[in-house]
Amino acid sequence: MERCLIFEGVKVADFSTSVVGPAAARVLADYGATVVKVESQTHADALRVTAPYMGRKPGVNRSGFFNNYNAGKYSLSLNMRLPRALEIAKRLVQWSDVVIETFRPGVMKKWGLHYEELLKIKPDIIMISSTMLGQSGPYSVYKGFGQHGAALAGWGTTLAYPDDDAVAPFSAYTDYIGTRYVAIAVVAALEYRRRTGKGQYIDSSQVESSIDFLATAVLDYRANKRLPQRQANRDPYAAPHGAYRCRGEDRWCVIAVSTDEEWRKFCGVIGHPLWTSDPKFTTLSARKKHEYELDRLVEIWTVKHTPEEIVTVMQKAGIAAAVVANAKELAEDPQLLHRKHYEVLEHSEIGPHSYENFAFRLSKTPGAPRKAAPCLGEHNAQVCTEILGLSDEEFVQLLTEGVFE
Amino acid sequence: MNQLPTTDPSFLSPYRVLDLTDEQGYMCAKILGGLGAEVIKIEPPGGDEGRRVGPFIDDQPDPNRSLFWMALNVNKKSITLDLKTDEGQKIFRRLVESADFVIESFHPGDLDKLGLGYADLGSINPAIVMTSITPYGQDGPYKDFHASDIVCWAGSGYMWLCGIMGRAPLRISIPQAYLHGGAEAALGSMVAFWHRQKTGEGQHVDVSITESAMWSCLTAHAAWDMNREILQRQGVFRAYGAYKIRFMYPCKDGYVIFLLLGGHIGARGQKALAQWMDREGMSDEFLRNFEWDSFDASTYNDEMARKLEPFFERFFVTKKKDELFKAALKMQFLLAPVNTIQDLCEDAHLAARDFWVDIDHPEINARLTYPGAPFKSNRVSWSLDRRAPLVGEHNLTIYGSELGFSESEIRTLLRKRVI
Repeated sequence: MERCLIFEGVKVADFSTSVVGPAAARVLADYGATVVKVESQTHADALRVTAPYMGRKPGVNRSGFFNNYNAGKYSLSLNMRLPRALEIAKRLVQWSDVVIETFRPGVMKKWGLHYEELLKIKPDIIMISSTMLGQSGPYSVYKGFGQHGAALAGWGTTLAYPDDDAVAPFSAYTDYIGTRYVAIAVVAALEYRRRTGKGQYIDSSQVESSIDFLATAVLDYRANKRLPQRQANRDPYAAPHGAYRCRGEDRWCVIAVSTDEEWRKFCGVIGHPLWTSDPKFTTLSARKKHEYELDRLVEIWTVKHTPEEIVTVMQKAGIAAAVVANAKELAEDPQLLHRKHYEVLEHSEIGPHSYENFAFRLSKTPGAPRKAAPCLGEHNAQVCTEILGLSDEEFVQLLTEGVFE
Repeated sequence: MNQLPTTDPSFLSPYRVLDLTDEQGYMCAKILGGLGAEVIKIEPPGGDEGRRVGPFIDDQPDPNRSLFWMALNVNKKSITLDLKTDEGQKIFRRLVESADFVIESFHPGDLDKLGLGYADLGSINPAIVMTSITPYGQDGPYKDFHASDIVCWAGSGYMWLCGIMGRAPLRISIPQAYLHGGAEAALGSMVAFWHRQKTGEGQHVDVSITESAMWSCLTAHAAWDMNREILQRQGVFRAYGAYKIRFMYPCKDGYVIFLLLGGHIGARGQKALAQWMDREGMSDEFLRNFEWDSFDASTYNDEMARKLEPFFERFFVTKKKDELFKAALKMQFLLAPVNTIQDLCEDAHLAARDFWVDIDHPEINARLTYPGAPFKSNRVSWSLDRRAPLVGEHNLTIYGSELGFSESEIRTLLRKRVI
């Protein structure tokens, strides 16, 4: 079937940097929208100057972090300190259906690019501002990195060994929750405009988007005044439940045994060692009570096997289990390859490298990253002449004025 | 396709979602409901399994007191229907005729066996968007694997990255994987819906929970792909290659996240913080003379860490996280408090933005405060005003007023446990 790109004709001016805005805009690009990323040579997207770089050699066009979220976009570099650059930005807004930005509140206003002003240029514009804490409120000017966002949104103490200090979740955890809500908001606003003819302004706070992922814990605190316990990999409804050391260096598997029926199957898989018939372990509540001992005994079995061997026999018996996979293993994972999670695309400076797909597949109108990420300012001429309709002379004039620096 | 008035109060208010999911998919229809769609949760007679999952209000186990269930099914309606019976399937097909979305999380192939897979529903209603949420997706070598929250995290690569080297990888204690799958599914459903609104053509959306959770791995794939580097779990450190810097510190009443950063992004704030520490007698010549302008965090090494980090360790434990955060806002150094759930509930900023939403639960004499809109629009309100439904609460409205069953027919359906 010929690929039908469902956002074809949708135009996005992407003033965003880092993860949330760019990744959300990439959803639209994957499905056919024209996305122009506006950057500047002096203040490039921070991800452009963050590792990993191809061949470990730094360079604004070499970051895998940046490239993954900016596949399929055009890059226009503008020096926003120059009035002529702001004029170009405004022409871009006039062309676009959606404007996405992630600056500290007040920056777009300083440039005369805030919603009220954009409305004058394009009355049905959809504008979305995405920041850590939203556009209003006492802390709205706060700007931090991903770890700061996850901590503000309540994740800092959800990861901990019961006998140790909290360790914080890896990376910019809440960025990836925020990304989905920003993308959902944009598509919902496009649909709303299709139906009503009206644009809108959306104020997205990454922290607020993310708190819904903690809703159960919030309600538990509200209703029962209880705070989450440091339970590492434990689960109130399952035992054994956790990550177990396996044969090999730093190899681990996870096993989750919930029902007593699963427990009986589990005992069969590990060969019914004597301890499994001890009344301390025959019911879930008994296993929960003696969980430390149980986990030690389970691990005596797991360390003798590779995680792959364990997962194969557990899955065959109907027990939930998985290898604790690292990036190398995932790059070769047959399920991900089957789903075409990775797309290798040819980048104009660093050559072919791998991009990651989103986790949904559409049966009739599939989408995927289609072009590699742009080099900084790669499409200045194309955007100005083909998209904004400037003449070649006008473009050269702007070039000599330093508008694209 | 429905013809719609132009003064509609919400993004999706003219549209209906049939939600067949278990815990793997609750979040998807919750989001579509927030966007204004009418969501009908279809529960097996006797109620959804998730109602038996704690915590419960006042710790009293009861299908209408599960906070887990309430949190993820707020704003939905509920009907009971046994999809394993012929009559139940017939009724479901009638509901599909006028619905816009079907969201489900059955094991791949199970709905097809009941004659309710996409092939069947798409022929009843070609405009339907049907979204399936499963641990690994609808097909492929892992499609029949047994999974759970921790299994999805292990398979996503994220667990590998969480915790401390030498000890077991960790998952986040509050189950999250299904929420990532559900939110990703809501996004996929909206993308498919956009196409359907333009063309009238529905389709099947296949979501993998494990793949959804992979996004949280940040640069793990890129580091492998570009440089054959395997990122490791780093605990309270942030590390790329040789660069390793502490980012989590204890303070007087908990923890803070703090990043040392110089240059044009960090120097100004860092200087202000160092001056504050000096005023409190917690500095010395070394810190006083430190060149923040030329400090490049990417050249950071163990020797610098041993020199610099102890200053901040000693200082932060003398301060409360709120005090440190207020100073960070003013002086612009890169610090945030590690908020607990209690801190969130009492947070002045969230309160000032009217984030929280009170919802009454008259049957159990409770009023609970829920997390509010994930984003704010100048035109459209996020829909969140009705508690999660009681089991079969809307049977009479849907089966009676809408599908036209008489009261005695409904009684018969109930007796036969079709509904």
